Amino acid sequence: MKYLNEDVLKQLSEIFSAMTNDVNVALFTKEEPCETCEETKGFMTELVEASPKLKLVHYDINKDSELAEEYGVKMTPSLVLLDQENQYRRIKFNGIPSGHEINSFISSVIAVSGKGQKLPDEIKDRLSKIEKPVNIKVFVTLGCPHCPGAVEKAHLLALENENIVSDMIEAQTFYDLSEEYNVSSVPKIVVNDKFEFVGNQPFEVFLEEIEKAIV
Amino acid sequence: MSLNINLNKAISEKVTTDKIYDLLIIGGGPAGLNAALYAKRKGLEVGIISKDLGGQVMDTSSVENYLGFPSITGEGLMQNFKDHVNELKVPYIEYVDVKEIKDNEFKEIVTDDSKIYKSKAIILATGSKPRKLGVPGEIEFSNKGVCYCAICDGPLFADEEVIVAGGGNSAVEAALDLSKIAAKVTLVHRSSFRADKILIDQLLKKENVEIKLATDILEIVGEKFMTGIKARDKESSEEFMISAAGLFVEIGYLPNSEQFSSLLELNDKKEIVVDRHGKTNIDGIFAAGDVTDTPYKQIIMATGDGAKCALAVNDYLNTLK
Repeated sequence: MKYLNEDVLKQLSEIFSAMTNDVNVALFTKEEPCETCEETKGFMTELVEASPKLKLVHYDINKDSELAEEYGVKMTPSLVLLDQENQYRRIKFNGIPSGHEINSFISSVIAVSGKGQKLPDEIKDRLSKIEKPVNIKVFVTLGCPHCPGAVEKAHLLALENENIVSDMIEAQTFYDLSEEYNVSSVPKIVVNDKFEFVGNQPFEVFLEEIEKAIV
Repeated sequence: MSLNINLNKAISEKVTTDKIYDLLIIGGGPAGLNAALYAKRKGLEVGIISKDLGGQVMDTSSVENYLGFPSITGEGLMQNFKDHVNELKVPYIEYVDVKEIKDNEFKEIVTDDSKIYKSKAIILATGSKPRKLGVPGEIEFSNKGVCYCAICDGPLFADEEVIVAGGGNSAVEAALDLSKIAAKVTLVHRSSFRADKILIDQLLKKENVEIKLATDILEIVGEKFMTGIKARDKESSEEFMISAAGLFVEIGYLPNSEQFSSLLELNDKKEIVVDRHGKTNIDGIFAAGDVTDTPYKQIIMATGDGAKCALAVNDYLNTLK
């Protein structure tokens, strides 16, 4: 094991034992220079060993362009979480989810497996009224302790409502994109490329921005 | 690029609303975690309600003044704390904000997801948040160059010039961290250093760090993003500009006490007033750590405070029997 030691793997196994159904992780890389593709592949190959319910499937963004388009994969490395029926659940991790971001990755895997945090009723009610397409980008750095909380929330919202797509974006790997979105503090959340806020804010704040974005 | 694994998930029971606890602790930093440890060992039915398990220490890259740990990351120290508490299987919930507490037949804790948790006693260990500079441009350029978490946002300023405001341990540590990432770091502080000498000595050795003491920050300037600050040398009264893409504000902390202000006595710094046992002005409500009026905000003091409060709660619960 190069990326995960035995202790961490053991802990991961315990945590993943909470999974209900299988989860398939689709990893998109590319052949051309890709800064973190190799290490993401190595890291994920080791990580899926932690649970018999986790499977890693490897794709190439160019060779498998149809699938990449279906999942909205635009950059590499990108990880798409698919449920047991291989359904796209509208959540992605762009860039390696190591450092702190392993925590949001774990929560999202468990949520996609059919178990995990339930949303408060009030939030569910407001979410059910979102009927137009919404995309959420959550920019993070791997050393940021507040970032996984924001990623978890955005991903939970996407899992709950079919109109919402949520992407974690590692700001250092995707430096140009971070510049384009003026990211100078993380977590930075951008809704429909227009409305934004910073910080691991409560669900209400996510919903306020979403509601503004679809007016 | 960090390939460390900062795993902090663990399986634990959650705090529920259908039970009356002996003690609910609000806050998951050093004070809250140690209070949980002590309370659980006394046999109390205890739970933690927290916004961010680990608290502010998580934002500290290295801790070198906690006895027994010559040098450890803030996160590593908190992981040790959390693992220790986890061994006793203390239930907790994370990522919730407490909106209000009520002193009814039992103490009631209202959270931002509209749930009400009930307990016979409460320890408030909500800690503190970064203090703002309060100068023109700070709000305008907040998250457009002005930052409050060096380990979070530092990597976004690779090879750029940055400023650190402050002269305490947090500021010097932030400057040390940033000196490894940024092209140049200027530390600006209104008076003299308050940081430990051992840290200042390290900073003085850094070639890309400039230090400006006795200097006031007057304004943060820029257009779309901040481009620098206007500062004034307090001795000569001379005003000058320092250009920088980022400003890291590390000038101390403000207590997270506003949601308790209607119920509890606060001092002029908005800290919760407590007695030697950590009691507030309301029976059965205790407070520990940075949110209280205890002097010197240090990790080890918050930890000790948590233990003291848990023991005081145990005594209090015995008087109810």
